[in-house]
Amino acid sequence: MAAIIELQRISKHYSKTIIGVDDVSLDVEDGEFVTLLGPSGCGKSTLLRMIGGFEAPTHGMIRLAGQDVTHVPPYRRDVNMVFQDYALFPHMTVGENIAYGLKIQGRSRAQARDMAVDALALVGLPDKIDQKPAQLSGGQRQRVALARAIVRRPKVLLLDEPLSALDARLRDQMRIEMKHLHEKVGITFIMVTHDQEEALTMSDRVVVMEKGRVAQDGRPQDLYDQPASPYVANFIGTTNFVAGSLTGRSPAGTRIASAAGDFTATADLALPQGAEVTLGFRPEKVRLLAEGETAANVVPGRIAEVIYYGLGLRTTVELAGGTQVHVDCLLPDSLARSAVPQPGAPVRLGIEPHNVFVFAGRVAA
Amino acid sequence: MIARAPRNLSALLVLGIPLLWIVVFMLLPYGIIVTYSFWLKSYPTFKPAFQFGNYLTLLTDVQYLQVLGRTLKISILVSILSLGLAYPFAWWLVFRCRSQALRTWAYMAVIAPLWVSYLLRAYIWKTILGTEGILNSFLMSTGLISEPSSLFLYNQFAMVVTLTYIFIPFMVMPIYTALERIPLNLAEASADLGMGPVQTFLKVTLPLSTPGIAAGFTLTFCLSFGDFIAPFLVGGPDGNLIASVIQTQFGAALNWPLGSALSIVMLIIVLAIVSLSDRLEATAHTGAA
Ligand SMILES: Nc1ncnc2c1ncn2[C@@H]1O[C@H](COP(=O)(O)OP(=O)(O)O)[C@@H](O)[C@H]1O
Ligand SMILES: [Mg+2]
Repeated sequence: MAAIIELQRISKHYSKTIIGVDDVSLDVEDGEFVTLLGPSGCGKSTLLRMIGGFEAPTHGMIRLAGQDVTHVPPYRRDVNMVFQDYALFPHMTVGENIAYGLKIQGRSRAQARDMAVDALALVGLPDKIDQKPAQLSGGQRQRVALARAIVRRPKVLLLDEPLSALDARLRDQMRIEMKHLHEKVGITFIMVTHDQEEALTMSDRVVVMEKGRVAQDGRPQDLYDQPASPYVANFIGTTNFVAGSLTGRSPAGTRIASAAGDFTATADLALPQGAEVTLGFRPEKVRLLAEGETAANVVPGRIAEVIYYGLGLRTTVELAGGTQVHVDCLLPDSLARSAVPQPGAPVRLGIEPHNVFVFAGRVAA
Repeated sequence: MIARAPRNLSALLVLGIPLLWIVVFMLLPYGIIVTYSFWLKSYPTFKPAFQFGNYLTLLTDVQYLQVLGRTLKISILVSILSLGLAYPFAWWLVFRCRSQALRTWAYMAVIAPLWVSYLLRAYIWKTILGTEGILNSFLMSTGLISEPSSLFLYNQFAMVVTLTYIFIPFMVMPIYTALERIPLNLAEASADLGMGPVQTFLKVTLPLSTPGIAAGFTLTFCLSFGDFIAPFLVGGPDGNLIASVIQTQFGAALNWPLGSALSIVMLIIVLAIVSLSDRLEATAHTGAA
């Protein structure tokens, strides 16, 4: 597959000190669903707006289907955007909103109306064509905004936090619907979100951003299982961090010593012996070991807190050296509740070597 | 029950005083004027009657129709000129001016003259346009004219310029407000959907700012329509406007009945314009709703 979007060393400097996007290179394949993920202010919207043509990059080049579009205005780019608060024209009906961009494409009025009807059916809103945006609910407006953007069959559809204005239940539903829509229309989707769950569930590929740069770029599963940095490890899911140092290598993997005990990790970093490292493991990839049970990595600790959250338990365990880590376990059935660990009780944590991340250096906190 | 009485009393006071104010100072005078408009003139006083002679005079006497026509013409010209100047200015302020400070200052610069005495503002143009005035000195210094021209003052042109200057804030304010209310991303959405800047303006910005245009047009039109200072100061011999005629009828001519009838005609025209613009705004609003 060919790259439909090529970003070549794109930067956006709003001023000397305010850098929106800092030297980002990224290729998006035709038909892909890519998500730009990161906390507020990391430059996601700026990057998306540069692809849409609303901001000009201060450095670098943007190609769309092989053509340099770096300085092409939005109205001459074959790209459409779903705005964060939808930006529907309040003085036009739903049908007029959707048909707005069709006449300029040389469609007749009747044709435009037919296409609007089809687009509305596609987003599951067939009976609202003659209503005004103000008469619609938030979710319905969102669908109209989607319909208006896809009706032009752009090469790329840009979505800026498209679900952020919806309530939780509707958001979950729209996630699935938008994923289906993407499969149905076959247009490349580039979405911006700060919600990691949204990114993981919807996209083929996630680009994690940090301070205007790309922190990591990969399939959701790869980001989850092999985060490249503590930042990514903690932004996607949660991760426990333990400071340690590299002591050697064995056939089982890398050996790391820490105040909490010794660990073996499958991950192999090209670091010299004695190098400072940070260990990471996810709360749901740790087991509280029962009496007599054992694991490749066994770490003793003491339970500090137990929180019940319906689906299971989140246990906070204090390790030797004072580091506190979280351990999540599902409750298999209500009987198991009698076995709920109590604060103060000593426990042993079992962690498999392939579930231990190793990052060079130490992270604060 | 005991606690209730004072509350009713205060409610009565709160609503009653403004109501009384309106009755005494607005409805009553209108009533008097309507009554007068049917009376007969009997120099040097008037006598009560119920006849339509005054209105008939207004509708048949060419002189009054001429004044009415001229007033309409001048008011419309003032409104159009104000719109032509105010809209681009407000548009620039809202959509193009990057500096918040400059925007505030520029806006205040246009609005500030409202705090200056009306009369003073009218006089300013007398000094600009007069034979000894700034415009003449300037043109003479550039060599475009060799002696002062009296062409600028005491004519309808001078009235239009002066009234536009005086009333343009009333055009700028509602248009600025209307434009400011348009979310910036609507223009972006329009561009995104393939429309260039001109089409975006015509299809999005302009329709969404019509309530402001209607309000501004109504205000400047009605204010110019009722003005009598500008004709007095810069209008000259053929510069009589309807309000100055009314003033004459109540003053020198001592024909209160005719003056009253003229006032009523004027009131009806103004009310018609206001309700027309109300309707326009209402459709624009339901359009937006
Ligand atoms: N128009 C602008 N002028 C100046 N700075 C801006 C502008 N837009 C965004 N920024 C800055 O650029 C950075 C990235 O912003 P943005 O792309 O909106 O982040 P995100 O969408 O990830 O929350 C932020 O620090 C923001 O303050
Ligand atoms: Mg954003």
